Amino acid sequence: MYKIAVIGGRDTVMGFKALGLETYPAADGAEAGRILKQLTRENDDYAIIYIEENFAVQIQTEIDKFKDSPTPAIILIPGREGSIGLGQSALRAAVERAVGTNILGD
Amino acid sequence: MASTTITPTRMVLNQLKGRLKTARRGHKLLKDKRDELMRQFMDVVKLNKQLRTRVEEGLTGAFASLQVASSIMSPEMLEQALLYPRQSVELDMKFRNIMSVNVPVYSFHTKNNDPSEVYPYGFAQTSGELDDALEKMAKVFEDMLELAQVEKTMQLLAEEIEKTRRRVNALEYVMIPELEGNIKYISMKLEENENSTKVRLLKVKEMVLQDAHNFK
Repeated sequence: MYKIAVIGGRDTVMGFKALGLETYPAADGAEAGRILKQLTRENDDYAIIYIEENFAVQIQTEIDKFKDSPTPAIILIPGREGSIGLGQSALRAAVERAVGTNILGD
Repeated sequence: MASTTITPTRMVLNQLKGRLKTARRGHKLLKDKRDELMRQFMDVVKLNKQLRTRVEEGLTGAFASLQVASSIMSPEMLEQALLYPRQSVELDMKFRNIMSVNVPVYSFHTKNNDPSEVYPYGFAQTSGELDDALEKMAKVFEDMLELAQVEKTMQLLAEEIEKTRRRVNALEYVMIPELEGNIKYISMKLEENENSTKVRLLKVKEMVLQDAHNFK
């Protein structure tokens, strides 16, 4: 049985808590990075980890480490202030990696 | 190009020919694999794009509702209301095989199936906006789960495509030309040896004839 974690600002994760997800409020990117490390260190209990975009910007290298492993899936979600387009950039990066160039034209 | 250490013998030539054949077949197979992976990948990318937009819109909406709720209620009350979730989500993960890439397939089930169970609080002290926000949240969560699956699939496929593409290119532009070059080198060398042997034999024959007939 796998778990789902949400890392983000206190206000952001609050709503997810009611849904029954495990929430880890973080104050800044560094703390989010620490939490992420902690969650992924022990074993792969967590199949999906959602991270707020604002924090993800600062720990991109940490996140990229998990790109090639089947678990966990690290998914960026927009924060309270709305999307800053980082989630879309992950998509672009994957396309560029596979095709060698950005063929989506945006 | 052609490595200097090959010995120009018939045996090596045969070996190289065999390797060239294998390399060509491997190249063709890998090329097919790459094309199929690419096709799958494009589908996944399209799906991912749609889901991403939907999730971002949904979440923005849900957060807006939550914002409204938090402006109506006091922060302590809000925190208290959401402190103990009554719902918990369990996630099952299986793997699906796409062209020998194992991609995850998630399925989740909530502990309480009653949809009204998302609200972990009594209705007396909370505002209706909070209910609204949580309902939106619960709705968008399904999309979020699918997004996770699709996005991971996309990343894994991208990695595999990159690897396959490199292999195809290595075979096409390094391995196969090198083998061809070596084969050419050996066959030319062998031909040369043959020629020199022929010339030597002619010469010997001439000498032997001269000896036998004792001309002049």
